[in-house]
Amino acid sequence: MNLDYLFDAAHWEFGTSGSIPQLLLSHLWYVVLALAIGTVIALPIGLYIGHTGRGSFIAINAGNAGRSLPTLGLLMLMVTLLGLGLLPVLIALTVLVIPPILTSAYAGLRSLDQRVVDAARGVGMRPWQVLTRVELPMALPVLMSGFRSAALQVVATATVAAAVGLGGLGRLLIDGLAVNDYSRVLAGAIVVAVLAVLLDLVLAFAQRWIVSPGLRVSR
Amino acid sequence: MITFDDVVKVYPGGGTAVDHVSLELPTGKTTVFVGPSGCGKTTSLRMINRMISPTSGRVLIDGQDVAGQDEALLRRGIGYVIQHAGLFPHRTVLDNVATVPVLLGKTRREARAAALELLERVGLAPEFAKRYPAQLSGGQQQRVGVARALAADPPVMLMDEPFSAVDPVVREQLHREFLRLQQDLGKTIAMVTHDIDEAIKLGDVVVIFRQGGVVAQVGTPQELLADPADEFVAEFVGRDRGLRSLSFDTAAELPVLPVPAELVLDEAGRPVGWRTGADDVRPTGGTFTSADTLRLVADLAILSPVGIAVRVDGDGKADGITPHHDLADYLAARRG
Repeated sequence: MNLDYLFDAAHWEFGTSGSIPQLLLSHLWYVVLALAIGTVIALPIGLYIGHTGRGSFIAINAGNAGRSLPTLGLLMLMVTLLGLGLLPVLIALTVLVIPPILTSAYAGLRSLDQRVVDAARGVGMRPWQVLTRVELPMALPVLMSGFRSAALQVVATATVAAAVGLGGLGRLLIDGLAVNDYSRVLAGAIVVAVLAVLLDLVLAFAQRWIVSPGLRVSR
Repeated sequence: MITFDDVVKVYPGGGTAVDHVSLELPTGKTTVFVGPSGCGKTTSLRMINRMISPTSGRVLIDGQDVAGQDEALLRRGIGYVIQHAGLFPHRTVLDNVATVPVLLGKTRREARAAALELLERVGLAPEFAKRYPAQLSGGQQQRVGVARALAADPPVMLMDEPFSAVDPVVREQLHREFLRLQQDLGKTIAMVTHDIDEAIKLGDVVVIFRQGGVVAQVGTPQELLADPADEFVAEFVGRDRGLRSLSFDTAAELPVLPVPAELVLDEAGRPVGWRTGADDVRPTGGTFTSADTLRLVADLAILSPVGIAVRVDGDGKADGITPHHDLADYLAARRG
C-alpha cells in the first residue's frame, strides 16, 4: 500500500472521466443535495416542535430511529423499490441527515432562556417574529453543531453511492477493492477524510459569521 | 386608567390565582402590587397586556377592554420590564432598545438614533450602545430593560419585579432614578414586587394581595402604614411601621432649640461632636436639614451620644438641636 495513486498527476486531470477532481465534485454534489433536502424537511419540523413544545416525542424518537438505520441497507432497499439512479442514494443520505438537524433544532429552542422568549412576546412580537427574530438566532449555535455533525456523517457515508453505480469518492474505494489496488483505496480514504475536515472548517467559519457575537461573549 | 372589573383567573387543575379582583390604577401614577409568593400579583399584572387571559371579568385600559384588541399591537403600546431584564442576548444594547419602534414600523436608523438618547436618559453612557447584554452588569441590564420599555413612549408600563435581581446598593440607586424618571414622564405604571419596603418607597398606590389571589387592602403607603385593614396587612407591612411612617413627613415644622455650648463647632460653624468631658468629644453621628424626614431625625436622636439630633443649614452650619423628648412631644401633638 502506498500513496502512488494519490500523487499521480494523471489522476488529477480534471478532463479525465473518473479523475479525483470529478469524483470529488460529484461527491460534494450528493452531500450538498442531501444536506439541503434534509434541512428543508427537518428544520421546520424541529423548529415547530421546539417552538410549540408539541410532539417532542417525535423529535426524540426520530433522532434515535434515524441513527440506528444502516444507510447501506436502506440504500439497497431503495434501489430494489425504485431502481438504480440518484433518487435512492439521496433518500438514503437524507434519512441520515434528518435526525441530527431535527434534534438540534428542537433542543436548541427548548434550551433557550424562556424569560427572553417571554420578553419577546411581551414587547409585542407576533409568534412568527418571536421565532425568526429571537428563538432562531439564539438557537443558532446548537443548530449549527447539529448541522455540522450531519455534514460530517454524510461526507463519510456518501461513498455508498458508488455501491449502486454512481460516482463520488466511493468509486476509488469500490473499484480499488475490486482490482486489489490498495493504493487507490487509500487515496479515496484520504480524500474523503480531508474533504470532511475542510467542510467542517468552512462550516465553523460560517458559524462564526452568522452567530451573533453576543452569544459568544462572556463578561 | 387601568381597571380590573371583577377579574378571576382559575388555572386548569384547580388553582385560583386571582379571585374576584376589582381595582383602579390611576393614570400617571405608580401602582404597586405586593404580596407573598402565589398571591396572584404577577398573574394580575400579566392580564393587563394579555400575556394571561382572565377566566372571567374584564381588564380595561382607559375604558377599552383589552380582550377585544390585537395582542401584538396592544403589547407594543405597553412598556414591559421583567426581572433579569429579559434582554435579547444576540442583539446589541442599542438594538434591544430599538426593538419596539422597529416593530412599529420605524426604520432601523431612526429607531437607533432615538434609542441612543434613551440610553442617556436611563443613565448609560453612549459607549454601551454597541455592547451585548452579557457584557453588562445586572444593574446595567436592568437599565437597558427600562430603556427598551420606554422606547416607543407608551403611556402604560408594566414592571414585574424589575429591581429584585440586583444587589441592594444598585437597587437603591435604581430606585432613585426610577422616581426621578417617573416624575418627568408621569407614566401609568403597574409594578409587581414581593418587597413591601420597595412598594412603600415607589408606589403612589399600593395593592396588598394575600394568598389565593384576594386583595387585602388598597391605599397610599401612608394609609397602609397608619391604618392597616387587618392583621395580615399589619403583619405584612412589618413591625416598625410607626417608625417607617415618619418617612413621609419632613422636619420642616419640627421646632428646634438654640445650639448649646456643649456642641463643638469648627471655624465654619459645622458641628464636630458633643463635649461629654474635659478632653472627651464624641461625634454627633450625623445631622439633618429641614428637608430631611422625621424618620432620620428620630434615628439621629437615638444614635446621638447625648440623645440630641443636630440640625444644619444648607452650608452645613449647625443652626438648632432637637432632644429626643422634644421629638416625642412633637409627634404626640401632631397626632392630636
